[in-house]
Amino acid sequence: MLVRTDNLQKYFDIGRNQRLHAVDGISLDIAENEIVGLVGESGSGKSTFGKTLIGLHHRTGGEAYFRDKLLPARFTAADHLKYSKELQMIFQDPYSSLNPRMTILDVVGEGLHIQGQHSRAQIKELVADWLAKVGLNADHMSRYPHEFSGGQRQRIGIARAMIIQPKFVVCDEPISALDVSVQAQVVNLLEELKQSLGLTMLFIAHDLSMVRYVSDRMAVMYLGCLVESGPSNELFFDPQHPYTQLLIESNPEPDPDHERQRKHIPIRGEISSPVNVTAGCRFADRCPKALAHCKTVTPKVTKLSENRLVACHLFE
Amino acid sequence: MSEPPNAEQKVDPILEVSNLTVEFATYGGNVQAVRGVDFHVEHGETLAIVGESGCGKSVTVQSIMGIIPMPPGKITAGSAKLNGKEILGLNSKEANKFRGVEIGMIFQDPMTSLNPTMTIGDQIAETLMVHRHVSKAEGRKRAIALLEKTHIPDAEKRASQYPFEFSGGMLQRAMIAQSLACNPTILIADEPTTALDVTIQAQILELMQELQRTENMSIILITHDLAVVAKMADRVAVMYTGQVVETGTVNDIFYRSSHPYTLGLKVAMPSNKSDRDKKLTPIEGSPPDLFSPPVGCGYFARCPHAMKLCEHHQPPELLIAKESSHTSRCWLQHPDAPAVEGLHQPGVDHAG
Repeated sequence: MLVRTDNLQKYFDIGRNQRLHAVDGISLDIAENEIVGLVGESGSGKSTFGKTLIGLHHRTGGEAYFRDKLLPARFTAADHLKYSKELQMIFQDPYSSLNPRMTILDVVGEGLHIQGQHSRAQIKELVADWLAKVGLNADHMSRYPHEFSGGQRQRIGIARAMIIQPKFVVCDEPISALDVSVQAQVVNLLEELKQSLGLTMLFIAHDLSMVRYVSDRMAVMYLGCLVESGPSNELFFDPQHPYTQLLIESNPEPDPDHERQRKHIPIRGEISSPVNVTAGCRFADRCPKALAHCKTVTPKVTKLSENRLVACHLFE
Repeated sequence: MSEPPNAEQKVDPILEVSNLTVEFATYGGNVQAVRGVDFHVEHGETLAIVGESGCGKSVTVQSIMGIIPMPPGKITAGSAKLNGKEILGLNSKEANKFRGVEIGMIFQDPMTSLNPTMTIGDQIAETLMVHRHVSKAEGRKRAIALLEKTHIPDAEKRASQYPFEFSGGMLQRAMIAQSLACNPTILIADEPTTALDVTIQAQILELMQELQRTENMSIILITHDLAVVAKMADRVAVMYTGQVVETGTVNDIFYRSSHPYTLGLKVAMPSNKSDRDKKLTPIEGSPPDLFSPPVGCGYFARCPHAMKLCEHHQPPELLIAKESSHTSRCWLQHPDAPAVEGLHQPGVDHAG
């Protein structure tokens, strides 16, 4: 396993003795050259998990491993310098994640500059190289972020992460802010980079069809916990956990005939608050199949088959 | 959802928009945001206007509602007739007679569209007090009934709460409740579910379908999401660079796509049935600058099937199927055009 977490936790103290359980005990393995898609509603802790995994948040508990070595719970500046060569992140919002006062050369080249192993001329050459790889022009180097469209900025964000040649990249909703026609450009680019650089990715998104398309394996989060994981096609076409089933059923398909035949039972209610959660299944209050003990006993992770895990009392 | 009535039993549309042209004055010159848009909405149907950001879909409906800032905006040509009455170019007093009364509108971001300093109940009551001249108490009573209609639990308690106490999905319900206050004949929904999760999106879309039946409304749904279109629409208008490039029934658009842009949008999205190994086909490039829109077809620069003719000559709106008023603005629909794989070209002589 290239990346592994064991019962990873991230809580935020939000005052008045209240704790927000953003990530509450996630164990996930990611093999080398694999793309794992992480889906779930907003507020389920997907982004926090990604950030905690690569040390952008201090973790509260549990363990995170990279190449079977335990990552520090609190990254120091030296740790960041050391691990940023291998662990990178592509952020969701291409507008707020690029410094508006830096030129594209500085934005994309900053990582190399900090690593300090390249001369300025070499950095310039590499930046030009990477801009070309992500479908931009080397002349764009002296421009500022505001001169680019959303899709172009997202590619700048990709170039910035990839120029370091990392082993593992957390892609946090890299396509959510983009138009359909441009989404396909970015997805194909990530796919190419996976092939050519042997990249491993955690692909966080809420667009289920796209995640199925992009990822080898999918994991579903609900209120800080993993409820189900498995190979993308299996999980998508044969979901087992009641939440996954409802999530996939809510996902409309670009096919009018299919939509007319669909039986409509959208999920009831809304995701509840992750503050001061107690024992029991997090999904119990919305679950159509909830049993009496679901509200009081936390379900254990059950292995359904070689690659499929589900956390639900129905399978214990 | 059924196919719309055929031409014989044609009733007058509720809303008829023709040749709508809108410009915005900016430092860089005039942006031609909407360039001669025609569409109509019939009784009880859902028309989806679909397109990418910047294609002019929101400006189109905002111009009809008279809510674009003028200046810098300017409606330079066109008409919009609501039940036969012209509604473009009205002053705000006249416009307020139909705005929020006959046409209700909901927006993408309910958090910024509702007043954060007023309770939800008061905001809905205000609509009724202004347009229906009811008392405050009566307004509040009806507001609670409207919140119940949109399935907000504890409507009475919720009516006394402020927008920040609502979740995104609940706010969207509250905004729908407000837009229904005066029993509009048309509801314009501008990207109503873009900011919501799929589960909440499904709830809101179901709610809109239910209210369309019970309230007997027409809906204009603006979206960039073809999956939402497939679920909701009876008819579709596909917009690109400020023009409607293809329009027809939802089946026409999905199963008999007659414009390369529509086709491009379809193959750029993963289908849930398709094989994962199939590569997505992006539309290369980006939309043209609308400061100086292309002389010819707006899609020329990105179109994989572009011909010489397309660069300099604007394609006319060509009829694909009379019975469903399926039209496409593309030279490939001309009888002499070459055949293109995947494109529906009934009028083209494939032998040639």
